[in-house]
Amino acid sequence: MAKYHTFTLFSDFEEAFGALADIRVHKIPGISIDDVTLQSPIEHPEIEEVLGDRPVHVQKFTFFGAVFGVTFGFLFLAAAEASFLAQPQGGKPIIPLPSNIVLMYEMLIFFGVWTTVFAFIFLAGLVRKRGPIYSEQVNVDQIAVIIDVDEKNLDALKKLFTKHKALEFREEKLS
Amino acid sequence: MHVNEKDINEQIRWAQINADVLRSMENPRPAYWVAVAVCIAMVSCAVLAEIYQYNEGLGVTNLNNPHMWNMYIATFVFWIGMSHSGTLLSAILHIIHADWRKPIYRFAEAMTTFSLLTAGFFPLIHLGRIWNLYWVLPYVSDRGVWPNFRSPLSWDAFAISTYLSASAVFLYIGMIPDLAICRDNAKGWRKALYTTLSLGWRGDDRQWRNFRKTYMLLACFLIPLAVSVHSIVSADFAMSIMPGWHVTTFPPYFVAGALYSGCAAIITLFVILRYFFRFEEYMTTAIMEKTCKLTFAIAMVWTYLNLIEFASTWYGHNIYDKEVLIYKATGPYAWIFWTMIFCGSVAPFALAIQKWRRHMPTMFVVSLLLNLGMYFERWMIVAPTLAMSYEPHQFYMMYGSIVQWAIVFGSFGWFGLLFLIFVKVFPSVSMYEVKEMVFHRRRHLDHDTAVNLGRRARDTGKPATESH
Repeated sequence: MAKYHTFTLFSDFEEAFGALADIRVHKIPGISIDDVTLQSPIEHPEIEEVLGDRPVHVQKFTFFGAVFGVTFGFLFLAAAEASFLAQPQGGKPIIPLPSNIVLMYEMLIFFGVWTTVFAFIFLAGLVRKRGPIYSEQVNVDQIAVIIDVDEKNLDALKKLFTKHKALEFREEKLS
Repeated sequence: MHVNEKDINEQIRWAQINADVLRSMENPRPAYWVAVAVCIAMVSCAVLAEIYQYNEGLGVTNLNNPHMWNMYIATFVFWIGMSHSGTLLSAILHIIHADWRKPIYRFAEAMTTFSLLTAGFFPLIHLGRIWNLYWVLPYVSDRGVWPNFRSPLSWDAFAISTYLSASAVFLYIGMIPDLAICRDNAKGWRKALYTTLSLGWRGDDRQWRNFRKTYMLLACFLIPLAVSVHSIVSADFAMSIMPGWHVTTFPPYFVAGALYSGCAAIITLFVILRYFFRFEEYMTTAIMEKTCKLTFAIAMVWTYLNLIEFASTWYGHNIYDKEVLIYKATGPYAWIFWTMIFCGSVAPFALAIQKWRRHMPTMFVVSLLLNLGMYFERWMIVAPTLAMSYEPHQFYMMYGSIVQWAIVFGSFGWFGLLFLIFVKVFPSVSMYEVKEMVFHRRRHLDHDTAVNLGRRARDTGKPATESH
């Protein structure tokens, strides 16, 4: 059976919310809320609630980056300071912890920040090929609901969105 | 009275927000171009002075024993301090959900990045033999020279480079949704630039969820980082045994001073941007008032820490420290000291007067005075201690030469130029955050209106719609 990539624009958050709520309670058999992608001009936690629990994992990478930073920081400094063995230290330790802690702290933040950024780019799906259907209005004041559906559900979906005052409905047949 | 004036008009349409901000990038007032020309002239002064210094040697700056540090280091500390504006306004206020920051945080973040870029020049210029810069890098070489990791100066290099990269990333990540808006509306080279920088942003729920978390995590990193950066800069002085520098309260004193000068600079640029780009609708007097109140509070913290420093020196009764303190207040640098006290501790009381807070030209002048005070503060930290330390045969008072003045003067032009280019190429008001602010405030307003109408309806015994 043919599959369609659909893109529907709403001008009103409440209406988009209502349409998603209907999908959530399976008003259209065969379409799950998990298949829905939402595009909006602002960060919108309220409307995202209806999409259900979609976890974010950036913080795990952040933690890993920070731990790596502090470990690498210590090893890097200790390795560099080991060359001081050849130099007179005047009774001071070769690897001085108090001053190294300051630098390890900076390394923790440095690697934590950069790991977070790369994790964000990867996990948010940036810098990758995207579907061809897009509306610039999503960056102005409209909200888009994107779903891939089977042909048999296409009309029911259109009807549901029309009921919720959709502004525009676009579809593209997937190969 | 303007007690209930709104931070922003919540009835403004989202399309209008996009249009206003995008227009600002195309069509500033003519004064913008005058400012660009002035900045270029200032930078030219600095470039000429640096060429002269490069050819003639560091002696042309008047730097000599005991004044091995002078305006270059004072200016370095000043610019590092200025960089704290973005962290305060963006990261701290973001974490505590103070949404009035939204129309003005973007340029504060840009200030952070450009202040650091400006500050970074001064240790290099101060090296004199700038061609030997690579000696400070920690790598194995025939010279057997390694950085001294126990020195706060090498901590500086780590801290500032971390802060620069983290703040630049914080600025960039926060700008991605706006860059997508620019991409959708731009033509020519701008289109190519924004398409590349927006990384294919489309506003998917997945992108927003990750964005929200990432931005919060970066904010959480940036706050302790900012504190550590200026504590480490203070350690350049406090870790020494010089009288007037070996002070326990230096780290918080430096951090408070940094936040203070950063806030004052935000007020200055607030007034300038509001005028250049006709941002009266976004950079409102209500937001200016809040910024002024915040600055006033920090000014009082700074004043308190100053007094603590003086008091602990006085009662500590270390004769060398005490003499430096007396020298500051009564010696040849006294005029700078008292100007610092006036600009840093007395002038901020202008921020406590509502009528003045609402008058943009007055706030512009006051903010310049505050930052003059903060520049003099850095000068008073560096110069008097060097002029009068332990050895009487080394007592010597000096001012920087015209070469130092020219380079310091040019640094303001450099900062201004970077900033002016930024606000012309990138949106200086965060469009998506202003939309969020408007959206949530409108919802809140609608809710309040509904509650009030319901209450009135109950009071009069009529349905709410009839009573309206």
